[in-house]
Amino acid sequence: MSATPQLPPVAKLEQKTIVDMISRGKRIDDRGIENYRTITIEAGLIEKANGSAEVHLGKSRVLVGVKVQTGPPFPDTPDEGVLTVNAELVPLASPSFEAGPPSEEAIELARVVDRGIRESKAVDVKSLVLEKGKKVQVVYVDVYVLDHDGNLIDAAAMAALTALINAKVPKMEMKGDEVIVKSSHHPLPLNNYPVAVTFAKVNGTILVDPSLEEEQVMNARLTVTIDKNGRICAMQKGGQYGFTVEELKRAVGVAVQKAAENRTKILAVAKG
Amino acid sequence: MWLEKLPEHKTELIDSKGVRADGRKLDQLRPIKLEVGILDKADGSAYIEQGKNKILVAVYGPREAHPKHIALPDRAVIRCRYHMAPFSVDERKNPAPSRREHELSKVIRESLEPVVLTDLYPRTVIDLFVEILQSDGGSRCAGITGASLALADAGIPMRELVAACAIGKIEGKLALDLSDSEDKYGEADLPVAYVPNANLVTLLQMDGELTIEEFNKGLEMAVEACKTIHTMQREALKKKFREIKESVIEKEETEVVA
Repeated sequence: MSATPQLPPVAKLEQKTIVDMISRGKRIDDRGIENYRTITIEAGLIEKANGSAEVHLGKSRVLVGVKVQTGPPFPDTPDEGVLTVNAELVPLASPSFEAGPPSEEAIELARVVDRGIRESKAVDVKSLVLEKGKKVQVVYVDVYVLDHDGNLIDAAAMAALTALINAKVPKMEMKGDEVIVKSSHHPLPLNNYPVAVTFAKVNGTILVDPSLEEEQVMNARLTVTIDKNGRICAMQKGGQYGFTVEELKRAVGVAVQKAAENRTKILAVAKG
Repeated sequence: MWLEKLPEHKTELIDSKGVRADGRKLDQLRPIKLEVGILDKADGSAYIEQGKNKILVAVYGPREAHPKHIALPDRAVIRCRYHMAPFSVDERKNPAPSRREHELSKVIRESLEPVVLTDLYPRTVIDLFVEILQSDGGSRCAGITGASLALADAGIPMRELVAACAIGKIEGKLALDLSDSEDKYGEADLPVAYVPNANLVTLLQMDGELTIEEFNKGLEMAVEACKTIHTMQREALKKKFREIKESVIEKEETEVVA
């Protein structure tokens, strides 16, 4: 069951300061309304993973590991490999995270990141088949939040894409019923580079890349995932309020521009 | 099996005359049936059929919060559970809630939060149960349409009814209110919930591939459809009270005769 969340208390004065500044076109961390915090991306930190990346988005930190293993395909897609995205909001990342089964926040995070990768057909799942209907490669994308200072969706989506580009997969062949793992490696075949851009609506102002404090006072949230061709491949609205039609149309336009900027940063690191 | 099998040749989603597999035009809704107040024990309830969707929604509350710690001091908590019956889809669905159902429970709740006057009932819970008895495309939207009727039926003060409808892209064309096979074999799905008087989109999700122009056009089509559904919702509510009124008058007349 999904229940209205108990937001951590933000001091009334702080809340008022944040909202007042935003309505004057300013933000408490001195950013512009449509500016991201500093983004740093690092690829390939976990040797035991096929691919990995860590993104710092301001003070938010998200680590993603990609593991490629083998398993059966889904019965309705016998000629496609499997892609799964999971997110862990580990308790070390925030006082509001608890150990235990995934919260709805974690499920939503994983599913929004998943939707961007899946719907843009970023991973070429057709190329992951070892034996049709029997054995395919399974790509596990595990999102690990290390420090939560807001906008986990964008940080996780950037880290996931970087980790996928970074991934090296051993060559695999079927010999009878067994999978033979060769010593040669190749990059994971990718067709697209989806990038998520998240907006928060605070008191009628739409801002890009909300920090944790801004998320705590926001009325609604919107994520738009843009593919390499400038098309929308996933969207998700969150929060207790809504957006007007005009606000949505404008946000989508901004998202295309912001996604292109962030994609350049990702590709520079991942392919560098 | 009622679900049309359309796998290999998805060109049949729209024929050469622009007619869809179920005979609809691109901007045409599936037949919708709305009923209000059909469960005995619930404080409010609604039943909705949209295409092959058959959905029951019940509202309990405002009632005491259990467990107590979830209560909020300044407003009612809304709790929502979207759940699919095991027999609602082709392959039996495990009744345990899936990740998809967790997510949909959240977005349905968030689509209704803006219209419910929760601050009138501090420390209480309003429970919303959306049971999908049979699933066709667009069950989350039909669920929202039904849920706001059930809330109104429970007499919970609301700013407005929320109506919802999906728009999608099939064979390169925008099409309203996707059916199951159109959702599955189409190129994009964009469910929208809309509050007409406030011009507020309270649910928006998307998967697939849309250009910016298609999105802008599609959003407008979905909003128009929501307005149509909104009128049907009001009519369904009125119908319930008209029937109550008529039954009372009838009863009084028989008493006078006796």
